[in-house]
Formats: sequence, C-alpha cells, structure tokens
Amino acid sequence: MKPTVRLQREPFDAGAEAEKLARGRDDIGALITFTGICRGTENGEPIAALTLEHYPDMAEAEIMRHAAEAASRWSLLGVTIIHRYGRITPGENIVLVATASQHREAAFAAAEFLMDYLKTRAPFWKQVETASGKTWVAAKAADDTAAGRWEVQRRERKAAE
Amino acid sequence: MNVKLRYFAWVRERVGKPEETVEIPPGVATVSDLMAWLASRGEEYAFAFENRNVIRAAINRSHVRPETAIKGAGEIAFFPPMTGG
Repeated sequence: MKPTVRLQREPFDAGAEAEKLARGRDDIGALITFTGICRGTENGEPIAALTLEHYPDMAEAEIMRHAAEAASRWSLLGVTIIHRYGRITPGENIVLVATASQHREAAFAAAEFLMDYLKTRAPFWKQVETASGKTWVAAKAADDTAAGRWEVQRRERKAAE
Repeated sequence: MNVKLRYFAWVRERVGKPEETVEIPPGVATVSDLMAWLASRGEEYAFAFENRNVIRAAINRSHVRPETAIKGAGEIAFFPPMTGG
C-alpha cells in the first residue's frame, strides 16, 4: 500500500479522490473520507479567511511518516491525504483524509488517527483574518488530548507484546 | 558551526525574517541552549524567544525536544505549536 500525500494551494474534489482510491478494485469493503472545511466564524466572530502557512519539506515527510505508521497499525488498502496551504475562505475545503480497508473498523480508526496527528504534529499554522485584523490560531489542548490517546494505545500494545 | 535556521508563523514575524544562516558559538550544545543564545541576539529575538517553553523545534525536518543535541544539524526550525488539519 503506497499512500498518496499532496500539499497544494488549490481546492480538491473529495468525491473524485475517494473514487480514485477504490477504482477497479474488489478487495476494498470500506472507504472513509474526512474533509475539513473552513468555518465562517471563529470563537463567535465572523472571519474573512484563514491563511495556512507550512514548512514544505517537513510537512510532506511528516505526513508520509504518519501514513506509514497508520499502515503499520491497521490493515489498510489505501490512504490519500491532501492538505491545502495559502488563503482559504469560509466554505472551502482545507484537508482530506481518505482511508480504505477490507472492513470498516480499520478505515475509521486510521482516518481518526491521521486527523488527530495532522492537527498536532504536521507543520501547518493557521492565521485567522477578521474585520479587526489577523491573528494566529492558538493550539487547542483538546487536540493534544486526542492525539495523546493514540500514543497511550501504542504503549499499551507494546507492553502487551 | 554554521547552521541554517528557519522560522515559521509568529516566530517568523517576531524575528522579522523567514530564515538565516548563523555561526553558532561553542558551548551552545542543545536546542534549548540555542534558543537562549538566539534570545540574546537583539530585541526582536528576545521577543520571539521570550516564552521558550511553548516554541517547538525541528532538526533536519524532524521534531526534536529542547534537550536534543544540535551537533551535526544542517537545518534547525523554530515554530509555535502546530494548528493544521
């Protein structure tokens, strides 16, 4: 299984990406697609746009590492991850995670794992543009907690081996 | 030791440049030492590195911890906690 990872400025077509992942195959029984979308408000205040800054070489390598980690934890038949950068306006997509497996458990779990890691470990930074100016989005403790539970699971699995 | 430094998000804004190559003096051995030394290089650096426990670092494009040795590093990056996804 070779993951597809793309960093791009342009919007993506989630449906087309999912279809591409499963096209011509009859071994895939479950296909999950998650799309992260730019909301029109942040903390109750309307926003004009989000600008995503990233560390290009590291982002691609880091996402690839996480896709490989997901493939070592679950039996996956396909993974596509697309992360946009640059200026994104409300309603536009930001990130796509698509996972395919024989049965649904692996695809669901892997998609959630990948999103939790993208939020806390992939080198991207969001800046919010509102009528009162531009501010950097602060990291959320809830995202660290969500990513941390996979680490606990990994340690427990190792201890059980 | 000559190292390329890269800054992202508000660390970049505060330092006032996205990257630079610096000659690191002997005695600066870890990521944490490097941040302390950078903070002493002027007002903009002091501002960027005033709250050092929140700043994350990467050596040669991999996440590292403050106590990691910088010996042999080609590229060291400093940035705030990540907010992608």
